[in-house]
Amino acid sequence: MDSEKIEDIEIRLLLEAIYRRYHYDFRNYAQASIKRRLRQARDRMGLKTFSALQDKLLHDPAAASRVLRFMTVQVSDFFRDPSYFRAIREKVVPHLRTYPSLKVWIAGCSAGEELHSLAILFREEGLEDRTLFYATDINQEALEIAARGIYPVERLKTFTENHRLSGGKSSLSDYYTTGYGGAVFDKSLRERVVFSDHSLVTDAVFSEMHLISCRNVMIYFDRDLQDRAIGLFRDSLIRNGFLGLGSKETLRFSAHSEDFADFVREEKIYQRRKA
Amino acid sequence: MRAVAIGASAGAIHALLRILPALPSGYALPVLAVVHVPPGRKSELAGLFAGKCRLPVREAEDKEPIEPGTVYFAPPDYHMLVEAGGTISLSTEEPVFFSRPSIDVLFESAADAYGPDLMGVVLTGANEDGARGLKAVGEAGGRVFVQDPATAYARAMPDAALAVCGQARMLSLDGIVECLIEAGHAA
Repeated sequence: MDSEKIEDIEIRLLLEAIYRRYHYDFRNYAQASIKRRLRQARDRMGLKTFSALQDKLLHDPAAASRVLRFMTVQVSDFFRDPSYFRAIREKVVPHLRTYPSLKVWIAGCSAGEELHSLAILFREEGLEDRTLFYATDINQEALEIAARGIYPVERLKTFTENHRLSGGKSSLSDYYTTGYGGAVFDKSLRERVVFSDHSLVTDAVFSEMHLISCRNVMIYFDRDLQDRAIGLFRDSLIRNGFLGLGSKETLRFSAHSEDFADFVREEKIYQRRKA
Repeated sequence: MRAVAIGASAGAIHALLRILPALPSGYALPVLAVVHVPPGRKSELAGLFAGKCRLPVREAEDKEPIEPGTVYFAPPDYHMLVEAGGTISLSTEEPVFFSRPSIDVLFESAADAYGPDLMGVVLTGANEDGARGLKAVGEAGGRVFVQDPATAYARAMPDAALAVCGQARMLSLDGIVECLIEAGHAA
């Protein structure tokens, strides 16, 4: 007998319930990691089954937002994978300089580490004044953290080292002040940022981007949903616009791989082909 | 059997050098390996083993289809999970026992995906990662092996796995190789 496991049935129903009740659509997320995090949520809430978790979520919005945190918060660092940011600096920026105004979309920006990294990089490269950043995520709480720009002091050591390795032209300490255990990043870094609730699963194109950075977000999607997101990126980019992914993500398995060319292959930076 | 999952930490390279190069070309099963490595961008593991193995050795990429007779290493700073459809997915969720990649994460997802058709192997290491995962493999009906702690470079990890997973068989590295080859023939 090879029927669907009870747990898998429960998870499908639970994701359907979350979608119908709260309009967060995790139905096409990669199952293995969703399952793992739902198990954690279930266990920490002292529940025995996903059905019990579903019951709780349907009737208790506070519990739902707790679970949503389990499902969406990923930790990143400033300048995570310094070689990626070095490649943006050395290979992509020279192209960006040729445009009078720039739009950059950080898709799935979570708590804003990557956004701040790019804002600092653009300032160091003298592009900040002509750039508008769009930072989007489905997690409202993460967006609020990103918009505050305060990070735990313990993380500064990694941030600083990464910034240096990315070819940083100044000291990272130029951009923050510390106090009460937090590093407060300068609000001028966020003056040209539009924070917005946007879902790669259900929402539409963001227009005329020159650079989209979406790193380690689509690893949580299944193939179909990855295809949707990549199609969205293609349609959001200007011709010859750039798309940066995480170091172990690839367009190789995507339905849209033909629409992009390798730009910096080892850093997973792609360029939209001319239509 | 449909797959082999191996986890190792301190002393991993030495132990895996006894196991992976011993697998014959045309081996019928994919081998999914998590070794605790520091989060630096580049890992030398795949390159090191590619030069010494008869099987192709790769560092896994997201959504990569899992092929038989291929060794996949989890990339540094990512968890590696198996999807039911036979592909790999990666994750940057929080570390488990300070480790990303984590052996537990691979084993638990592989147990879900392969059920009784999985062989789980915990080797040398100085922490407790892998114990829960091996238990999950055993509970799903898979075969579970642990390196004899007396022969391990660091025995904490095999000890922890044996303590949590009662049905695990304790074997020498040569014994593990034998079981892997046999499982490949039977596949």
